[in-house]
Amino acid sequence: MNREDFPMLDKDIIYFDNGATSLKPKQVIAKMNEYYHDYSANAHRGDYDISYKVDLEYENTRDLVCEFINAKYKEEIVFTSGTTESLNMIASGFFANIVEANDEILITTSEHASNVLPWFRLAKKYGCVIKYIPLDDNLHVTLENVKKVITPRSKIIALAGITNVVGDIRPIKEITKLAHENNIFVVVDGAQSVPHLKTDVQDLDIDFLAFSSHKMLGPTGVGVLYGKKELLEELEPINLGGGMNESFDNENEVYLKDLPTRLEAGTPNISGVIGFGEAIKYLNNIGMDKIHDREMYLREYLIEKLIKIPFIDIINLEADSGIVAFNVEGIFSQDVAYYLNKYNICLRAGNHCAKILKNVTGVTNSLRVSLYFYNTEKEIDTLVELLTDKEKIEKEMI
Amino acid sequence: MDEETKREIIMEHYSNPKNRIRTNDPNYLKVNTSNSSCIDNLDIYLKIKDNIIEDIVFEGEACAISISSTSIMITNLIGKTVDEAYNYIANFEAMLNEKEYDKTLLKEALCYDNLYKQSNRKTCAFLPYKGLKEALDDYKKRG
Repeated sequence: MNREDFPMLDKDIIYFDNGATSLKPKQVIAKMNEYYHDYSANAHRGDYDISYKVDLEYENTRDLVCEFINAKYKEEIVFTSGTTESLNMIASGFFANIVEANDEILITTSEHASNVLPWFRLAKKYGCVIKYIPLDDNLHVTLENVKKVITPRSKIIALAGITNVVGDIRPIKEITKLAHENNIFVVVDGAQSVPHLKTDVQDLDIDFLAFSSHKMLGPTGVGVLYGKKELLEELEPINLGGGMNESFDNENEVYLKDLPTRLEAGTPNISGVIGFGEAIKYLNNIGMDKIHDREMYLREYLIEKLIKIPFIDIINLEADSGIVAFNVEGIFSQDVAYYLNKYNICLRAGNHCAKILKNVTGVTNSLRVSLYFYNTEKEIDTLVELLTDKEKIEKEMI
Repeated sequence: MDEETKREIIMEHYSNPKNRIRTNDPNYLKVNTSNSSCIDNLDIYLKIKDNIIEDIVFEGEACAISISSTSIMITNLIGKTVDEAYNYIANFEAMLNEKEYDKTLLKEALCYDNLYKQSNRKTCAFLPYKGLKEALDDYKKRG
């Protein structure tokens, strides 16, 4: 689907590492080049035409993001460098000011490091308690298991919308309902979900959402921090400086700008944000439902074939996303990845930044295929063909 | 060394690595060594007496190249002096980086002499040496 738009797909590679980063269509690349070629100026300086155009394009992306996730106000969209920065801002800029000792922060063992370490730090600094929502037999989060662990001291539930190893879609809407009934905030790490699944922050009633442009056809170095307006108002800027202050005379008289500018100090990643807008337009043109359907079709297609290979263990047989984690029995995942690399197949081996998951699954690392809509049945056939001959893998892995 | 022989050496050391055990013996210096670009992760335990490497054992999780390289390193270095070990490491590193090196020193480790062509695997082969070097430095510092 749409393969002709992706220059990287002309390079005789099979790209199955979309969970790490997606490929970029030529429209996004052209849009960024256009900024550098035709109106390369700073933002927030509308005194001359090209800077005014920068503002228009930059803010246009904010409108596109706002609509894409169905936020209520465009002020709720803050541009950051990526999911990691967004999550750190939420933990250190918002929650650091309201948590108390013994407050509980609920996460799971299958979270990405970016949705673990900021909470570890917060807990350590303020005496909070990290609790793990137990995963079921399929490594999924269920509402029942969330119910089991919440207590009157629970303050934050921080979960990925879709996890990057197991690929399960979390029942976020049900969780936020339960959480809000118990005065618990819900933070969603959308890095793996927003690029693949229609996200409606109002319907899900999420308090904070973080995601990255580069996993959804956009450039690296751009991400989004979404927060409900009344919460974002309370988020203390970590970075102070140019662009975010209204005026200052001395240390006691510093006035900051309104949202969202207040949280975007310094010259932003202008070309990145503008390119990101183009990526969203591209996704909208295809349609998120169609993208998800396509990925589910490809997943089934892959699973159906992989399952027939007796020496392949699929770790996440049940998942509603394009992530398939597996191992070749008796062969270290990285050796298999090196073998596949010889045939120009790009996929990931490792623990996928979910380093505490191994304590639960006993599987310390795996291969991971993460699909996007531009992958094809033919690519999957090539992969499966290369995995059917164990002797060949052992022979060619070194 | 022909390609088939290299392969056989690597697979033999990978399948039956020398001294792949953990130890709690306090006479061993322990270092953990890992690569930022991959998931290889090894614990290396080194026992030195009177400047002679008496024993090296290891355990961990790593790819075929890392495990075999560790096994070959252990085979080649037990019984050597600390300075001989440093010299061996320097030569091994030179080989991986296509620089001049003393072929007579490296023995079976010569099976990696083509690895420079796969730069992403150089770090795998060098991983145990990185750890060993750290342990040797530690030994020297302690005097």
